[in-house]
Amino acid sequence: MSRAAVPGILKIAFKLLVNDRGKFAALLVGILFAVFLMIMMTSMFAGILKRSSATVLNVGARVWIMDPAVNNVASSIPMPDYVLDAARSIPGVKYAVPLYSSVALVKLRGGTYQAATVIGLDDASLYGRPQLLQGNIQDIYGENAFLVVKDAEFSKLGNPGLGSEFEINDHRGKIVGIAHVATSGLFGIPTLYTTYSRAVSYIPSMRFTAAFILVEPKSTADIPRIQQAVARLGYQALTEEQFVQKVSDFYIYQTGLGTNVLLMTIISFAVGLSISAQTFYTFILENLEKFGALKAIGAKGRELVQMILFQAAFTALTAYGLGVGLATLLMTVARLRLPDYAAEITYLNLALAFVMVLIIAAISSLIGIRKVIRIEPFDIFRG
Amino acid sequence: MGTALQAVALTKWFGEGDARTLAVNRVSFEASFGEILYIVGPSGSGKTTLLSMISGILRPNEGQVLVEGRDLWNQSDDAIAEFRLGKVGFVFQDYHLFPRLSTAENVAIPLILKQVPWDQALTRARAFLEVVGLADKGLLPPLKLSGGEQQRVAIARAIASEPDILIFDEPTASLDGDTGRKIVSFVKEHILNAQRCIIIVTHDSRIFEYADRIMNMEDGRLTGIANGGLHEI
Repeated sequence: MSRAAVPGILKIAFKLLVNDRGKFAALLVGILFAVFLMIMMTSMFAGILKRSSATVLNVGARVWIMDPAVNNVASSIPMPDYVLDAARSIPGVKYAVPLYSSVALVKLRGGTYQAATVIGLDDASLYGRPQLLQGNIQDIYGENAFLVVKDAEFSKLGNPGLGSEFEINDHRGKIVGIAHVATSGLFGIPTLYTTYSRAVSYIPSMRFTAAFILVEPKSTADIPRIQQAVARLGYQALTEEQFVQKVSDFYIYQTGLGTNVLLMTIISFAVGLSISAQTFYTFILENLEKFGALKAIGAKGRELVQMILFQAAFTALTAYGLGVGLATLLMTVARLRLPDYAAEITYLNLALAFVMVLIIAAISSLIGIRKVIRIEPFDIFRG
Repeated sequence: MGTALQAVALTKWFGEGDARTLAVNRVSFEASFGEILYIVGPSGSGKTTLLSMISGILRPNEGQVLVEGRDLWNQSDDAIAEFRLGKVGFVFQDYHLFPRLSTAENVAIPLILKQVPWDQALTRARAFLEVVGLADKGLLPPLKLSGGEQQRVAIARAIASEPDILIFDEPTASLDGDTGRKIVSFVKEHILNAQRCIIIVTHDSRIFEYADRIMNMEDGRLTGIANGGLHEI
């Protein structure tokens, strides 16, 4: 007579595990700690990557034309005006507009200076303008008019209201609108929007001024043709997704950021693995005689394996849930103090941590299984 | 009385070559239903090894263990595990109760291994605890019980699957003389029946009076079988 999977056996396994509170807590803490660190590290990384593409995401253009050497928004290389004209003449382009992007020094009312990102929008279309919380978008055409983005860095400009004034490169500036954007920038400086022509005239520029050219294609099918035509000009046209990916690749592969986060994630994994594997091994060793007694009574090897796998899986999944919960809690608390706290839990983070937890559970249980499979019930009789 | 099991020329050695040690040397005997059979002898005489071979735990190098006319060791590992679960009940020297489970859950283990649903298994386990006089201790962990009570829990667990053969390994080793005698007397009065054979390994002469037959072993050999108490050995 053969016996299939036995839920009662799993109930015994569960009780053996959770009733040993000290060991169970140690196991949970080991894996929880690893999950927490992995989630925090990868979430911060995901948040930083998203912030690094803030301008791209906030402007929302479908195609961006830029110098091929540009690898992030902050270090744009201005292009000559003929590129804009050429882009407008490419078949499949509905319209193309220039975008100015630079950093300028703002002198506040109290006499202090504050760096700010200045985005210059095409005067005619204001393509890529932010959503206004206060003010009227038409006022951007007024004298010295600027929009300010209300994000975590807003206070660095002294929490300006409508009509607030400041100096920017010896020019007067006036806040005519307070705006909201989807994503804050990476570098912790406030953002001002104005028209392209004002940005060019107020802020010292090189010979060329268009940091990017924003293109709206007539259809998605036109994008490859536009990209080829731009490439023939010696420039690069990227979709929004491609540009975000390029920026991400830069931070991952061309700075130490990706390597450091990867190292920290591996260390978290190793710490969690070593704590949980060692604790689980001790747990199995302490119960080895009991497993031997079960074998002597008539439990089959596969039933003991089921018990160990269940114990490892239950511990790992519980700790995973607690780890994710703890990371979420910490991020929520951090956001109460820092509204633009740059950490973001993504499905990829969760999946990565989950896979690592499964590996921890598998390795921990494998060690236990090897030990339990080898125990001879005869050893129980021999004491 | 029918034959519960028959050992035929059982031989077991450990190690190979010059390091080979003969633990059991061509031992043959029969155990019958309705009897208490003792296996006695000094330490290292091969008692426990013999016990392990007849209970389906340790594979002999030579010889047979015949149960219901079939050689136990000629069957698959799963069939041998089924034999241990269904036909044999074990009372280990150190009891090997699970401290993290309640007393009733400990007794229910063989039933759970036999796929009896959890609640049913616990109900039946409580009935077996009543048989051994521990009906009110079902919820306690084993460590809260005295040595004698733990021994009774181990007995309840051993009989929970209603086995034909009950194996006791040094049942009085951890008990004082009075408690040991009470336990074995209890086993003889309440656990032994015409459909059950009890085999006890011991070197505690204080309990020899409860044996129906006593097998004496020395240096792995069976040196004699006596009916009744110590005086015949």
